[in-house]
Amino acid sequence: MSPPTGDPSAADGGLSLRDIGVRFGGLVALEGVSLQVRPGRVVGVIGPNGAGKTTLFNVVCGFVKPSTGSMTVDGRPFQPRPHRLNADGIARTLQGVGLFDHLTVVENVMAGATNEARTGFFAGLLALPGSDREERRLREFAMELLAELGVAAYARAYPQTLPYAVRKRIAVARALAARPRLMLLDEPAGGLGHDDIQELGALIRGLPARGGLNCAVMLVEHHMDLVMSVCDEINVLDFGRLIAHGTPAEVKANPKVLEAYLGADVEEAAA
Amino acid sequence: MTATEEVENTRTQGATTLARASTVRGGAFGRTLVRHAVYALVAIVVLIVLTSALAGTGNTFLNYQLAMVCAYLCATAGLTFLTGINGQLSLGHGALMATGAYGAALTIRALADRGIEAVWAVFVALLVGVLAALVVGAVIGAAAARLRGPYLAGVTTVIAIVVPAITTTFDGIFKGDQGLSFVTPSPGAVPALLSNEEWQAYLGIGCAVLVMFLLANLISSRFGRQFRAVANDEVAAKLSGINIARTQVLAFVVSAGCAGLGGALMAAITQQAAPGAYSLTLSLYLLMAIVIGGLGSLAGAVWGALLLVALPDLSTRITDSLELSPDLAQKLDGNLALAIFGLFLIIVMIVAPGGIQGLVRRLSGRLSARRRSAGS
Ligand SMILES: Nc1ncnc2c1ncn2[C@@H]1O[C@H](COP(=O)(O)OP(=O)(O)OP(=O)(O)O)[C@@H](O)[C@H]1O
Ligand SMILES: [Mg+2]
Repeated sequence: MSPPTGDPSAADGGLSLRDIGVRFGGLVALEGVSLQVRPGRVVGVIGPNGAGKTTLFNVVCGFVKPSTGSMTVDGRPFQPRPHRLNADGIARTLQGVGLFDHLTVVENVMAGATNEARTGFFAGLLALPGSDREERRLREFAMELLAELGVAAYARAYPQTLPYAVRKRIAVARALAARPRLMLLDEPAGGLGHDDIQELGALIRGLPARGGLNCAVMLVEHHMDLVMSVCDEINVLDFGRLIAHGTPAEVKANPKVLEAYLGADVEEAAA
Repeated sequence: MTATEEVENTRTQGATTLARASTVRGGAFGRTLVRHAVYALVAIVVLIVLTSALAGTGNTFLNYQLAMVCAYLCATAGLTFLTGINGQLSLGHGALMATGAYGAALTIRALADRGIEAVWAVFVALLVGVLAALVVGAVIGAAAARLRGPYLAGVTTVIAIVVPAITTTFDGIFKGDQGLSFVTPSPGAVPALLSNEEWQAYLGIGCAVLVMFLLANLISSRFGRQFRAVANDEVAAKLSGINIARTQVLAFVVSAGCAGLGGALMAAITQQAAPGAYSLTLSLYLLMAIVIGGLGSLAGAVWGALLLVALPDLSTRITDSLELSPDLAQKLDGNLALAIFGLFLIIVMIVAPGGIQGLVRRLSGRLSARRRSAGS
């Protein structure tokens, strides 16, 4: 149950956070948070409102610089910068939707593959054949992802015209376009109906096995049914501290967790 | 996953008309280069025909105006690319045009001092004008990449005021308020065949078509997508692997180069570079022109460039027809043009928020829809 304190061996792989602390002025948003996300695992991060979940994601993405602690990816020191994340094998979906409203759906997904685009400035300026070739390849790749998520029919539409659930799938497709080895999902079920959450659960469970990448997933989510059913392990944050870590069953049975949710039933607190 | 797909399939049946998104236009015309080159050639042919037709009227001023439209088009196209597509507001493009104009003017004069008055001197001058604007654009762009919204507008406004002021401060080089004048070399050996104004028009056409061609290429490449993504949502753009600062500086430099070419052309056409022509008002005009034309659209930049020549001309005609005292007429001339522009901007924004090009697109869409329904 206690967070790992020893040196994670490089063979473990994946993302590892050690003793992460974040302060906003006098407010302690995170303190001494250590956790590990191994390849192929679906790791949940839960906690009451304001517990520091999104802040934790922001630390991993380089939007927030921690005042203490360090991170490693596959055993190597990791200093994240947002626009380098995809190159480091990490992709994130945003709380809400976060699509580009002025780009078509397929362009949104193509934008997600920016990291592998190689066309140089002058090739673009002169419309050299290589630029067209790459665009065609990226478009096909994006269409494949959209088809995989069952939203290929909307490829030419603009996101704002589409149902919320469809947009959330497109956001996942855009993240997948970066071919990540670690996916960070920030409240992917937020605003979805029961059926859509069911499908989302299946989708998340399928991510590690997808394309032989052995992708890891870090899931921040308030919807407890979903978290309990898809996660291999769960970390519980409360007031910026990690108060519990374990399998869904272990976490559910942990009195500290129940206390953090104000003594209420865990499933109730989720709603 | 099959169950999911089934659900999705039934859910998306309404959108099957959109399902052909993966089909790519085939044939040679499907290639961006071929498509844009064909458009450029057609534009050149049409404009050459127009130039000779205008020359045929005997009114040489018309070809001078055509050349000026082309010079403005370089700048409006560059600005609509920066502001409409990349989302960076610049009130400093008048100053960038000034940079290009002075770069070109100094080059032509320096070459003339050495006895070089061949036609190629003009091309060298245009090139120097562009390079000067690229350098200034890179400096402003680097600062601009750290600024947003009102701060960016503020800094670029300062640039718009400072650059003309520099020309009056260092009047040893720039000759102060009265500016640099010179004779633009022209292929004058055959003046009977090619008037000076026709030559200017051809020069303008060449430059404007080149700018439109290159910008159209860039916009339809992956860079166009990145420019738009950055304008749309910076956090999402970063998370998509886009380097925001680099993208913004790139857009600013490209846009500055276009404005520089526009300014250099204007200098070559008017045979002078003087600070009065490149005041803050010019920057405002450029901005109004691209909004009226249709922000972010290259075709809209064409409308804007046309208006930049047509509306001041209209205001001159109005003041001329009013038979005012010369003093009042002069005062009115400059301000009336701005007032007409402002009025036009307000009207267009009410009638067509997408600008003239948005209106054109809507009308042509309605027309083709009617034709389709009539055909079936
Ligand atoms: N940029 C910031 N500046 C100041 N305080 C912040 C900032 N970001 C977050 N906080 C504070 O840090 C704490 C943790 O916020 P965080 O957004 O990480 O919580 P969360 O667990 O994601 O909550 P929720 O479930 O509501 O999304 C909160 O008290 C929040 O007000
Ligand atoms: Mg949050």
